[in-house]
Amino acid sequence: MSQNKTAVSGSFRDKVRNLSDTNLLLTITIVAFFLMYIGAVLFQGEGFLKPQSFFNILNSQAALIVLACGLTLVMINGSIDISVGGVTALVSMCCAVYLDFHGGNLVVSLLIALGIGLAFGIFQGFLVAYLDIQPFIVTLAGMFFARGMTTIVNTKPFNVAHEGFNELKMTRVKIPGLGSTNRIGVYVDAYVEIGVVVALLIVIALFCVLRWTKLGRSFYAVGGNKQSALMLGINVKRTKFIAHLMCGLLAGIGGYIYFLHVGSGSATHAVGAEMDAIASSIIGGTMLTGGVGNIVGTLFGVMSLGTIQNIVASAGLDEAWWIGITRAAMLCLFLVIQSLVVVRKKKSKG
Amino acid sequence: MIKRYAGLIIMILLISAGAGLMFFGDEAREGSENISDQEALYEDMPQDGKDYIVVGFSQIGAESDWRNASTESFRSVFTTENGYYLLYEDAQQKQENQLKAVRNFILQEVDYIVLDPIVETGWDTVLQEAKDANIPVILVDRQLEADSDLYTCWVGSDFKEEGRLAGKWLEDYLKRQERAKEKIRIVTLQGTPRSSAQLGRTEGFQEVLSSHKNWKMLDCQSGEFTQAKGQEVMEGFLQKYKDIDVVISENDNMTFGAVEAIETAGKTCGPKGDIIIISFDAVRTALQYMQEGRIHADFECNPMLGPFVSNIIRRLEAGEEVEKVEYVKEQYFDSSMNLSRILGERKY
Repeated sequence: MSQNKTAVSGSFRDKVRNLSDTNLLLTITIVAFFLMYIGAVLFQGEGFLKPQSFFNILNSQAALIVLACGLTLVMINGSIDISVGGVTALVSMCCAVYLDFHGGNLVVSLLIALGIGLAFGIFQGFLVAYLDIQPFIVTLAGMFFARGMTTIVNTKPFNVAHEGFNELKMTRVKIPGLGSTNRIGVYVDAYVEIGVVVALLIVIALFCVLRWTKLGRSFYAVGGNKQSALMLGINVKRTKFIAHLMCGLLAGIGGYIYFLHVGSGSATHAVGAEMDAIASSIIGGTMLTGGVGNIVGTLFGVMSLGTIQNIVASAGLDEAWWIGITRAAMLCLFLVIQSLVVVRKKKSKG
Repeated sequence: MIKRYAGLIIMILLISAGAGLMFFGDEAREGSENISDQEALYEDMPQDGKDYIVVGFSQIGAESDWRNASTESFRSVFTTENGYYLLYEDAQQKQENQLKAVRNFILQEVDYIVLDPIVETGWDTVLQEAKDANIPVILVDRQLEADSDLYTCWVGSDFKEEGRLAGKWLEDYLKRQERAKEKIRIVTLQGTPRSSAQLGRTEGFQEVLSSHKNWKMLDCQSGEFTQAKGQEVMEGFLQKYKDIDVVISENDNMTFGAVEAIETAGKTCGPKGDIIIISFDAVRTALQYMQEGRIHADFECNPMLGPFVSNIIRRLEAGEEVEKVEYVKEQYFDSSMNLSRILGERKY
């Protein structure tokens, strides 16, 4: 009799109860994304079934994926970084001005992007980690600074005319076998932009860092409970500094991918991108309080936000504000789920 | 055993269902010949066997009354009663959203794409994609820079002519006021930088300006075609320049903001006041302002492009050729006209 009991004890309910917070939220996010995608197919019709629709979402969200990954790292640490949108705009403008007015080299423009991102990361990281200033204030100042600098670099928005750049921008990474025939029967290959490949590589790299390296584990420790982490011998200040540094660097990379996608410099680029990145991370299972988070979830969070527009538009709600309202509703829903998870954990422990 | 792995199994099933739908859905669809292509592609369309003309319209946004009037004219003409199925996308003032919308239309295999491009450059790739998919592209309102074989035609206002008319009107007005020899100080509230509306109107007016040595353009700044920004910029001008004679405001919404700023600063505008205001668009509210004596002249920019485009689509469907450039007819209004009658007839 007792043997039977132990065999059945690994039931589904126990499995759910024993899932760590991170994994449970991740599961909910992935299920939600698939439900939404299926909803989009139902609403928008078979035009949406073409794999290219999925890849188009990836194309337009590639930069956001990278920015959101950076935000996830920082949020796992219990900190925040709202300057990433401003940094993206600054990177786009600086690279655009460099390429068009100073006859630039593509490699150098990439280095400029990384340099700007790194500079912001280092400066903000230092202020947050070693001088103990509130991260929201520091990064808020960073955001204003970046936006202001963007207008100082060049007041008017313009499209980049540099040839090498435009070639890179139009490069398509073809995906064999997933193409579709268009109206006149011509077979068009499915493709993604280069930025998507870079974004996905970054996601994989960060996933490995978070799961299998000491640095990754110390992120979770510092975010979960700073005191305990300190007592464990983890260098809390250094960990926070590295988190902000990585976020800044990723903002630089994300900024360059954004620049590749839009091909222009403008002071109004990426306005609100930091909020989208935070929202994606939260939908992906990262908790605002820190200590919980998952890169894969963030990826699905970004894709979910991207898919919403298609559903809302084809459901007949094509005025612009409906998209904002649905995103807000989704975010609220996930915040509620997060609090329920926390309550559940407290109950089962207490 | 199954209970232990129930969660995992459900996940795998979901993922493979999604993958299966995506990758094999296309082939499955080609096999089913009973469903007509149109019905399968647009789930929302009324399934009554009629062949609708599917039109994808990428609009810039909803930033001004003029824009809303334009959108409304499209929505009221492209209805299912008239044989159309309209897919409308609002780009919220971003070019990337318009690129995304057009790509979406191409994937959804619409019959016609109608595009109001927010800026002039950066459209070559997506126009080529539409051409490769054999979908005719009709441009409306703003113009863009691209090979003329990448789009079917452009319908809109002659912005440069509007600017020129404004200049000539000012010339006549000053002559009638006997100020033709005076030094005239002018400021311009410009629209969204690099949009064809802004470029055309500024250039057109500039042509007339350069032939008058006593006219001086003090400053031109962008009010982004919105009321709030127009007010902000006008306040800046009033503080910077003590004596302004003429304000050229490149759309009505900015004019409303400018009038606010002028009246708050204690100055007056309109036929009985110090500052001459010339506006563009000629929406209803602006003509009311004119009746109240707050603005001088307004140069119409006809937003009712829906019927024109519908006409062009009908001609294309019948196999006719259309002109590359189709200007819509426009007029102007000033305070010397019978405004109550005009207001009664005005649709927007």
